[in-house]
Amino acid sequence: MTALASSATEHRGLTMTLFGLFVLATLAITVWAGRQNRSAADFYAGGRGFTGFQNGLAISGDYMSAASFLGIAGTIALAGYDGFLYSIGFLVAWLVALLLIAEPLRNSGRFTMADVLAFRMRQRPVRTAAGVSTIVVSIFYLLAQMVGAGALVALLLGVTGEGAKRWTILAVGALMIIYVVIGGMKGTTWVQIVKAVLLIIGAALMTVLVLAKYHFNPSELLGAAASASGKGTAFLEPGLKYGASNTSKLDFISLGIALVLGTAGLPHILVRFYTVPTAKAARKSVLWAIGIIGVFYLMTLALGFGAAALVGRSGMVAVEGKTPSGNTAAPLLAEQLGGGAGSTGGAIMLAVISAVAFATILAVVAGLTLASSASFAHDLYANVIRRGRASEREEVLSAKWAAVAIGAIAVVLSLFAGKLSTAALVALAFAVAASANLPTLLYSLFWKRFTTAGAVSSVYAGLISSVALVVFSPVLSGGKNSLFPHSDFHWFPLENPGLVSIPIGFLAGWLGTLLSRERPDQAKYAELEVRSLTGLGAH
Amino acid sequence: MDSPPITTDATEVQLIDESPEFRSLRSSFRSFAFPVTIGFVLWYLLYVLLSCYAPGLMGTKVLGHVNVALVLGLLQFVTTFAIAAWYARYAGRRIDPSATAIREAHGAVVHAPRESAE
Repeated sequence: MTALASSATEHRGLTMTLFGLFVLATLAITVWAGRQNRSAADFYAGGRGFTGFQNGLAISGDYMSAASFLGIAGTIALAGYDGFLYSIGFLVAWLVALLLIAEPLRNSGRFTMADVLAFRMRQRPVRTAAGVSTIVVSIFYLLAQMVGAGALVALLLGVTGEGAKRWTILAVGALMIIYVVIGGMKGTTWVQIVKAVLLIIGAALMTVLVLAKYHFNPSELLGAAASASGKGTAFLEPGLKYGASNTSKLDFISLGIALVLGTAGLPHILVRFYTVPTAKAARKSVLWAIGIIGVFYLMTLALGFGAAALVGRSGMVAVEGKTPSGNTAAPLLAEQLGGGAGSTGGAIMLAVISAVAFATILAVVAGLTLASSASFAHDLYANVIRRGRASEREEVLSAKWAAVAIGAIAVVLSLFAGKLSTAALVALAFAVAASANLPTLLYSLFWKRFTTAGAVSSVYAGLISSVALVVFSPVLSGGKNSLFPHSDFHWFPLENPGLVSIPIGFLAGWLGTLLSRERPDQAKYAELEVRSLTGLGAH
Repeated sequence: MDSPPITTDATEVQLIDESPEFRSLRSSFRSFAFPVTIGFVLWYLLYVLLSCYAPGLMGTKVLGHVNVALVLGLLQFVTTFAIAAWYARYAGRRIDPSATAIREAHGAVVHAPRESAE
């Protein structure tokens, strides 16, 4: 019997009760919010009535996914210092959003990322391109979260077998569809806020308990982690995970670039800037988010090294099997901090942290489903398929159907993608977002000569190159941890495509603009400039 | 619904775009945002490259078990917080007042259909 499995039955009831409470509370919020939703602006942008602080919390809730909480803590616990690099990339990335994207986007768009592109480009081609890339990025990200949920439930609730995983994925899918369809942006935003507060409290509690064990002396904690890891001081230095060969070093640089440039292209983050009334409030929400997320990532350092010292690789191997992903590091650490396996305190801590982890996953998938269904309805359905002749009611109705469809697609894909690691999938979503969305957003906002041809080539080149490089990378085939370990059709050596595909996205936007005969719409660019900087005429 | 609603008069907007007030607002914004972005991206890349190619330096002990790698990583946090605070202060002083002035001067001409922000 493993430590976790023996205490599983004791804490399962408690975990289920706590998680059930979270679900009930958020469903109540959703129904309450749904009753107030009347217009499209309510459904897509929560009536633009949130304050900077509320939206900052909601952004943090959207951003601190299972990959952040479980993934980073686990990676640090297993690979030491190299896991910390995720935290740094994820945080520094917010400066791109703060300085270049949040305020101009808030002023010049209405509901989706494509609004900014469509401002001075031809509607149908750019909306099609942006809608497609929004949905692709969101589905990658959704897969990561749902695969994580499926894997976690089996481990944390002590139920094994494929059946339990499938039922969990189905339940998560059903709940996220309910949040989005009934609550819209207002309901989803409140779910994010509740979850962000719970996650911060949970992480802070664990951090204090970890530090208390080492007399609040970080150096002592690091020393304990290094000696427990069996790697000595190498555990506290970069290179354990990525330093083995030149290829793995390049992979690390690729990951670093994708992380820092991906955030400002993530659709579910971009739509958050529309939920506040002004550009200034959008700036404030990013400032709050940087503070909250930054403190959270500092705490992951304590959690990761704490798990290395107190749980150790052997503790994770006992629960996860021979090649642990590290996803159980944080919950196992909680159990240890509460008094260890078999103790009441340990069972309570494990149950609390597990419930927080589920809440995290559930809230993030709801945000993703909302962003992608909004893009489907507002960009593809209303403006491309119906050519702008759809009524507001029809548009919102189509968004709700799209939420059901995207939710169903994500559930089905998750059932097959169960073997891929959560952190790798999230990193891929960042790479796709940085390659397909960020170049065209920056060009649209700041480059006068940019044209429709440039925008369309940038989105498609970034999207196709990043996805294609993933298909032919070790993520899918040719490696021990590949999705198809028994076949080998990989020729691209890196797991993360960013190093190649992000420059392709930027280059394609530039070349597409220079090579097309299209003339940029000068008057429209003047209008975009004025609106994006002053807020004149903004929604 | 089709095109983003044209809420401003094109010639009026052109005039604002060419006005010295707007030009100076734009350069206030760009002269901060662009160089600072290049700066923090290079600073971050330096950190990433050092992590890959300078293991000796990164492993140097500073205090107890705290090494250069950890200090540099934490410095990335510090600079991120500092740049965010710096921008908040800069925007409050140099960007918001002139943006508000332009908006108020032309607000009578430019009617934005504001959605109800309950």
